[in-house]
Amino acid sequence: MRRIINRKPDRHLSLFLALLPFALLLLAYVISSEVRLAENPSDKLLPGLTKFSEAITRLAFQADQRTGDYLLWTDTLASLSRLASGMLAATAIGAFCGVTIGLIPMVRCGLSPLVAVLSMTPPLALLPILFIVFGLGELSKVVLIVIGIAPFLIRDVALRVQELPSEQLIKAQTLGANSWQLAVRVVLPQTWPRLIDSVRLSLGPAWLFLIAAEAVASQSGLGYRIFLLRRYLAMDSILPYVAWITFLAYLLDFVLRKMQDKLFPWFAAERGH
Amino acid sequence: MSSVSIKNVWKEYGNQVILEQVNLEVPEQSFVSIVGPSGCGKSTFLRMLLSQEKPSRGEILIDGESLADEPSAERGVVFQRYSVFPHLTVAENVALGLEFEQSPWLGKLFGKKKRQALAEAEHFLEAVGLVEARDKYPTALSGGMQQRLAIAQALIKKPRILLLDEPFGALDPGIRADMHELMLRLWQESKMTVFLVTHDLREAFLLGTRLITFDRPRQHAEEVGFYGATITYDVPLHASDPLKKQAEQFEDVEELTQSSANLSNPSHRDDPVVDVAVAK
Repeated sequence: MRRIINRKPDRHLSLFLALLPFALLLLAYVISSEVRLAENPSDKLLPGLTKFSEAITRLAFQADQRTGDYLLWTDTLASLSRLASGMLAATAIGAFCGVTIGLIPMVRCGLSPLVAVLSMTPPLALLPILFIVFGLGELSKVVLIVIGIAPFLIRDVALRVQELPSEQLIKAQTLGANSWQLAVRVVLPQTWPRLIDSVRLSLGPAWLFLIAAEAVASQSGLGYRIFLLRRYLAMDSILPYVAWITFLAYLLDFVLRKMQDKLFPWFAAERGH
Repeated sequence: MSSVSIKNVWKEYGNQVILEQVNLEVPEQSFVSIVGPSGCGKSTFLRMLLSQEKPSRGEILIDGESLADEPSAERGVVFQRYSVFPHLTVAENVALGLEFEQSPWLGKLFGKKKRQALAEAEHFLEAVGLVEARDKYPTALSGGMQQRLAIAQALIKKPRILLLDEPFGALDPGIRADMHELMLRLWQESKMTVFLVTHDLREAFLLGTRLITFDRPRQHAEEVGFYGATITYDVPLHASDPLKKQAEQFEDVEELTQSSANLSNPSHRDDPVVDVAVAK
């Protein structure tokens, strides 16, 4: 009998093992729901699967009676555009500040303690301030995402830049590079794929800040909707929304990973070592 | 192409003395091999020639002028590792020096200028035998190919001085012999002044027109730290020197024995120490 650490599943078994926990969770839900509904047919806590499909049809494929919108899609669009603007702004800030802090000693001395302190401020504690300063509109939600993840991105990029072998920087100088050329031709191109890694890691917090901001003050968005539906104990709508949010987050992560492989083929090879 | 004078150079970190009283006059077109035990400051010496570090005392002159206080294009360098840029293809790695020169803002050339730069890079790739690999990324190259790339990359700037910090230390002996031939040929063609730091005495004899050793003259434990290493031997090597012949023979013999040893025992990659100085 081989040791268990040496026994590797083949492709079919891996797929089976990967799907198994999901299937078990679903099964557990269906059974619990049946049990509760048998006791009390009007139970709202664990609705049956037919309830879900009704709710999904209502939210995704029928226009809302009051506003005439297809709620799931308008919510998704609103949330994703907030998330995308926040992430893009944070990424741009992370790349710019991270590279300058990592590469230029004077900037590093000046800014890295500030960034370290700022990154310890709980972003949600700043939300009231953001609402006061930027109002209740789109801007304050986007700014919350930026404030929430930019410090992490800046610090991570700065560390990655400092991890570049000093030989490379010396070599570039002996090839006649000035500081600017060194930043744009040597450091920045090597930063992008690493930045994608850190953006992937910060997707979780970004969604957290988005949902929180939408829950507190908003008229649309996935977070707004689930907190609104909570008042009616509408689990048949909330659970599909949560599943949809999870799917979107997973999809974004997947797209970023594929993008990294596609755009930076050298990076995968380098990391393989 | 350039003469180098090192005048009473010291290097100290705090009250640790690393190097002391280093004096050296190197005429142009020399090939200076530098050997010495680990930690004797050979690499520190090279880093000072590169302006990566400053001497604590004394000065270094190139053609009678003080060294620029940061690395510059007149001094090319090849390190043991990490000298090439992983995000650029082989051809782009070599063309990079031209791009820096011709495009001050973007550091990147386009269209016709780019093609010209790549065409020039091609000459240097030919010189080091990497034309076939021009579109590969460095991670796809073997150690020897990466070092050849690093050399081509440095040579495109036509440096007056080339600094080599154990460039062949991580290579297999057979490949190392090829690299020695390549290095000698390139040096003769380009008329550079070369400084080579190495652990390999045979290599030092084979390549150099002059061999210098760094060592600490005082070895007592309580004195180490207060006294630094300095140049202890300075041996001129003429092309006809019997030691050079011997080193060459050793290299050939070793290439043979090593390749058979590698076949029988692939894990055996260490370079057996052949002390040529003893053979004298």
